[in-house]
Amino acid sequence: MSLEKCKKQLETILAGCEGKRESLLPCLHAACEQCGHVSEEVISYLAEKLDLPRVEVYSAASFYSMFSLEEMGKNVIRVCVSLSCYLKGSNKVIKALENELSITAGQTTPDKKFTIEPVSCLGLCDKAPAMMVNEEVYGDLTAAKIKDIINQYRQKEAK
Amino acid sequence: MASKMINLTIDNNKVQVPEGTTVLKAAKSIGVNVPNLCFHEDLSIYGACRLCVVEIEKHPRLEPSCATLAEEGMVVKTNSTRVRKARRMIVELLLANHPEDCLTCDRNQICELRKIAHDLGIRKLRFEKGRKYDYALDESSPSIVRDPNKCIQCGRCIRVCSEVQAVGAIDFVDRGGRTQVLTFLNKGLDNVECTNCGQCILVCPTGALREKTAVDDVWAAIDDPKKFVVVQTAPAVRAAIGEDFGMPAGSLVTGKMTSSLRRLGFDKIFDTQFAADLTIMEEGHELIGRVTNKGVLPMITSCSPGWIKYVEHFFPECLAHISSCKSPQQMFGAVAKTYYADKIGIKPEDMYVVSIMPCTAKKFEAERPEMNDSGVIDVDAVLTTREAARMIQEAGIDFTNMPDEDFDKPLGISTGAATIFGASGGVMEAALRTAYEVITSKTLEKVEFEQVRGMDGLKTATVDVDGLELKVAVANGLANAKVLLEQIAKGESPYHFIEIMACPGGCLGGGGQPIPTNLEIRKKRAAALYREDEGMPIRKSHENPAITAIYEEFLEKPLGEKSHHLLHTSYTKRERY
Repeated sequence: MSLEKCKKQLETILAGCEGKRESLLPCLHAACEQCGHVSEEVISYLAEKLDLPRVEVYSAASFYSMFSLEEMGKNVIRVCVSLSCYLKGSNKVIKALENELSITAGQTTPDKKFTIEPVSCLGLCDKAPAMMVNEEVYGDLTAAKIKDIINQYRQKEAK
Repeated sequence: MASKMINLTIDNNKVQVPEGTTVLKAAKSIGVNVPNLCFHEDLSIYGACRLCVVEIEKHPRLEPSCATLAEEGMVVKTNSTRVRKARRMIVELLLANHPEDCLTCDRNQICELRKIAHDLGIRKLRFEKGRKYDYALDESSPSIVRDPNKCIQCGRCIRVCSEVQAVGAIDFVDRGGRTQVLTFLNKGLDNVECTNCGQCILVCPTGALREKTAVDDVWAAIDDPKKFVVVQTAPAVRAAIGEDFGMPAGSLVTGKMTSSLRRLGFDKIFDTQFAADLTIMEEGHELIGRVTNKGVLPMITSCSPGWIKYVEHFFPECLAHISSCKSPQQMFGAVAKTYYADKIGIKPEDMYVVSIMPCTAKKFEAERPEMNDSGVIDVDAVLTTREAARMIQEAGIDFTNMPDEDFDKPLGISTGAATIFGASGGVMEAALRTAYEVITSKTLEKVEFEQVRGMDGLKTATVDVDGLELKVAVANGLANAKVLLEQIAKGESPYHFIEIMACPGGCLGGGGQPIPTNLEIRKKRAAALYREDEGMPIRKSHENPAITAIYEEFLEKPLGEKSHHLLHTSYTKRERY
């Protein structure tokens, strides 16, 4: 299923590059963009096309933090836990998100709508503590602000 | 063309080495062994553990000597205060994340990490234990156990698996402090394309990889008065097991091994070599049949279970090329529990067959569902050379001073042709000795086929069998086998007969052999086997009187109905992961 979603993209990248190890990272990026994660199916497909052992594709996908091996929620909340945000209370941000969504950091809600992912510096130190929801940036976060933000996304989902 | 020579100074000694030599190797040439962990002479350079760092004049940082090439005029210090301090720190940091169960660890006496910690004078753990890992062991495989808690991530196992064996069953997964060596999606070694060859065990510097032991099962069988316990020993064991008792590599200890096993309490001490001679009879006739009846060629040997699992996973389209003969281990089990059991009036279910093998894949092979043609499982337990040595040690047997004793009859009678099964090229040579005489009905005057001997990964020869030009190839190490398989898959293989052994050097370099096993040691073990062959009164399988007898009394003829049932098998197409 997840392979169907990204197969076209992968085929474009792989055109003329079959069996070339260096095509692996662009393919993993494409898979993540199209279906949110790198599935077992996608790994097997890429291993065959690039003539690599599956465990090597798995190894690469697990090494880089921008690739996810697990299915992500529709809205991925990336909370910065690097130094500036940490000093300004990123742990409180995570706590608030966990309370609001009833999951722990790193997990996805059962309805597959939200994933909380602690990440390294987002380059938003001036607005610490900061987070991103999908491509949107949010700074100077407080528990109250987080409630509002999550509600906005919930309403969007409800429409 | 002679390569350019480089002059450098190491620890105040002038050294001259060919261009392209690493500082590590240059140091070794003047008798300095720079300590190292991730480096291995059979593998690519990795440069990860940093233990081999040295000080080089005009270089601001310490450099890893395994990954630094010697340069003209270089001035190297391998033993300065700065270097020693750095080395100790590296090992102390490794130990901060390492379990402290050395007393009960499988590697107790032969652990490289333990030896290095000792050599570098580390007498206390300066750092508090870092992360306390409690990873589950991978015990899925019948052959190999992985303990990720003891892994120091040197990557040797990963490199031997992909570079020497062309398998790639394991790799680093995740990053930083969470990095582990894992199979695909952590499915476990038994559920991926691991061939169970055990080369990873040989190169592992710690107790993170070991064989799945059968020692206690074998003790229980010996102690069980209802069981008649017979043991068979593979050719390569007699040229290696002495090493585990401190004897030099290349010591031939057939007689001591036999007497020690008798003291352990086995009812009969038999020889896999008997079954190797039997293999030659069956496989030789199969080859002659294929050549004369235009059967599938090239025919490939089937003795090495690591090789068999490899071809089942990676080249299932080539399965018709594999000889249908079971390996000698399995032929022995099937014959012991039928022919021999009947001879002495014992039911197959009351007989317990133990194999001592240089091999971890033999454990997997014995458990294959098709290996029960005697009506019960043909081989009950497989011990590696290392496990057998441990049992002898446990029983307090003074191996080195044991008298020489002979194998029991009749399944202990064998020839020199069977002895050399333990070395790469040996099965080929043994088959040629018999095939020549069967085809031509003439006596082969010179029984040695030097072209197929030696440690080269790929060997080829053309043998003149009375006008018939037989083209043969021999591969050891699965990456070399892959080359021959790709030719076959493309329909371009020029050979009639191919011998493939999964492990470098053949069985004598098997994953169940004493640690360390390296090129030097492999050469010495091979020399021992060829020495044994030379001294044997009979050197051709078809002249073995016990083999003549088993055909007369029981099997009737090679490739006959009974042979087909007991001595031949079929193969399974397997997935790639």
